[in-house]
Amino acid sequence: MTSTATAPAPPARRPPPRGGPGRRWAGWGFLAPFMTVFALVFVAPIAYSLYLSVYRNRLVGGTSFVGADNYRTAFTDPVFWDAVVRVGLFLAVQVPIMLFLALLLALALDSGRLYGRDFFRISIFLPYAVPAVVATLMWGFMYGTRFGLVGNANDLLGITLPDPLSPGLVLASIGNIVTWQFVGYNMLILYSALRTVPHELYEAAEVDGAGQLRVITAVKLPALRGALVIAAVFSVIGSFQLFNEPSILRNLAPNAITSGYTPNLYTYSLAFSGQQQNQAAAVAVIMGLLTMAVAYAVQLFGMRRAV
Amino acid sequence: MNTPPTPRPRLRTRAAAAAGALCLALTACGSGGDTAPGVSAEDVRAALEEGGEITVWAWEPTLEQVVADFEAAHPGVTVDLVNVGTGDEQYTALQNALSAGSGLPDVAQVEYYALGQFTIAGNLLDLAPLGAAGLEGSYSPGPWDAVSDGRGAVHALPMDSGPIALFYNRDVFEELEVEVPTTWEEYVEAARELKEADPDVYIAADNGDAGSTTTYIWQSGGRPYRVAGEEVSIDFTDEGTVRYTETWQRMIDEDLLMDVSAWTDEWYQALGDGSIATLVTGAWMGLNLEAGAPGAAGAWRVAPPPAWEEGDPSSAENGGSSLAVPAGAPNEALAYAFIEYANAGDGVGTRIGGGAFPATTADLESEEFTSAESEYFGGQRVNEVYAESAANVGQGWSYLPYQAHANSLFNDTVGQAYVSGTTLAEGLADWQAASVRYGEDQGFTVTEGG
Repeated sequence: MTSTATAPAPPARRPPPRGGPGRRWAGWGFLAPFMTVFALVFVAPIAYSLYLSVYRNRLVGGTSFVGADNYRTAFTDPVFWDAVVRVGLFLAVQVPIMLFLALLLALALDSGRLYGRDFFRISIFLPYAVPAVVATLMWGFMYGTRFGLVGNANDLLGITLPDPLSPGLVLASIGNIVTWQFVGYNMLILYSALRTVPHELYEAAEVDGAGQLRVITAVKLPALRGALVIAAVFSVIGSFQLFNEPSILRNLAPNAITSGYTPNLYTYSLAFSGQQQNQAAAVAVIMGLLTMAVAYAVQLFGMRRAV
Repeated sequence: MNTPPTPRPRLRTRAAAAAGALCLALTACGSGGDTAPGVSAEDVRAALEEGGEITVWAWEPTLEQVVADFEAAHPGVTVDLVNVGTGDEQYTALQNALSAGSGLPDVAQVEYYALGQFTIAGNLLDLAPLGAAGLEGSYSPGPWDAVSDGRGAVHALPMDSGPIALFYNRDVFEELEVEVPTTWEEYVEAARELKEADPDVYIAADNGDAGSTTTYIWQSGGRPYRVAGEEVSIDFTDEGTVRYTETWQRMIDEDLLMDVSAWTDEWYQALGDGSIATLVTGAWMGLNLEAGAPGAAGAWRVAPPPAWEEGDPSSAENGGSSLAVPAGAPNEALAYAFIEYANAGDGVGTRIGGGAFPATTADLESEEFTSAESEYFGGQRVNEVYAESAANVGQGWSYLPYQAHANSLFNDTVGQAYVSGTTLAEGLADWQAASVRYGEDQGFTVTEGG
């Protein structure tokens, strides 16, 4: 390592205490605090999951080494793939809607034509500060067709709104909660990217006679590309990890949200209800790889277009 | 991660058994005869004198007073009562502690249906040599069957029981001029009449609940689960089950059941405002009604559960729990002393005073218990109804050794009958298939009947 380069006292003045190779370890010494924590909280859990995933523990018969059996089971498990397809659908619909809304809001904020801009910004961001569990409980209450907001609307207007917690609509209802929560967060990412656009660019555009729309398409959107890709990657990961919302709404709609509704919920059910920690570990490993692959693809796609 | 390497759990249980043997060899502390060696009744007495500290994981509310009394009676003893969650949450915590081999409580509350998943793995201490063997006659047959294995081992002591009864809102029935049903046939009829008289009133709230469904099947004479050690058979097509399925399917088809999950705010509101007219569930519901729907005081009454055939008083149990000692608990002797105090000794009276429904026959038959009048139920002698139901509980029911997990799959399968074109019978077949798959996966020999 090159820690000597930044050392305040040039070591050459002192007689070298040890040979060259010895000095290389000094760098590791500086890295040690980080590496220890990294190994403990990052490498160890992953290694442990991998270890778990090649064993199987049964109520009758105990623990045995099963190699790739758990992975084979997962790959042919319809419950797992249904869950993957479900979050895939969620991602394909919810993420674009959310990012589009966030983009509109960020552009509106940045336009400088908004009255009460600071209030607007904080109130859109506020849902992000509400813990997901609380937000879901709150929405779950509103979705209630009997005593909730939907129920009130039905009573007041004498209509029958479709039940947001019915099997056909519950995914959209979850999408609504997630959008409500994360639009402000994504808006802030995009907005801060917009703030870094050099003012000269706007002046140049003005000199060239560009209107507001032209400024957006020619200056602001290209400047936002990197931030959009980052926001998209975060959202992709978030979609694949969907857990809080379905897990809490399950209490209200136990038949619409099955125990394997999303991959994470499935992993949870396997591990904590079925005591199938090994199978859960295998599913988690597959999901981790899948998420990485999709997030990477999104990034690659986004960056290529930026060039 | 809070779970240890998987190979350990098995070793732990063996280690626990080995530790028992070690105890016998080193300190001659066991005199349990042929049953599992370990602590004896004398150790229990000694532990009480010596004092010490135990941790109890339970959610039953009346235990608080029992703990206080127990500590007062035995000055050297400290009991740490912890509520780690109700039902599944507690079992998850307990399972994790057992897997980890550390952080175990000395005493854990376990519902009857969930005992199997712990006993099959040898996770619960056999209480017979500690004195539980002599308590057989003290309990109702249902709960005793649930805690003992029929071969001399006793895995827990029954704390309460849940003989079913029909809870009904008398005011609603009177106002809408509908007869209170005494058979399930009448129940369906009453459901129609109630809804016709007031479209907002449902006879019951049900959107798929494993505990209720298995209870009704039990009451109707169905015995879908047969368990002999590691051999299990599942059959949801026997006569009793079919009788339940047909009746319930009619109520689902005609939209006579309120689509609200039990224990939610909506549910309690509906119980309080009269839009749910009846509940057929365990005797423990009385306390819950009092606490959860205080506004409806005086409106509710209790009757024997609707009969499947006129004149047939057959009943069943829903819920009910026991106190057990996890194998490897830090202070087994003192733990048993507490369990015996709470579930067979003076604690029982305390808990009855708090409104609990006991499993001890002496109390169930006592004049003081049966003649107690409940203010909430308009001065009715509700215990009389419960006790009669307890005496009529159908014999020979068993749950799966992995019932807790099977129940978690209930809404994935049977629950679909409530929200889609799937029929209840198809849902039960799916549930059966899912339960078979899990059982086989866990190493049981599972056969399907029907």
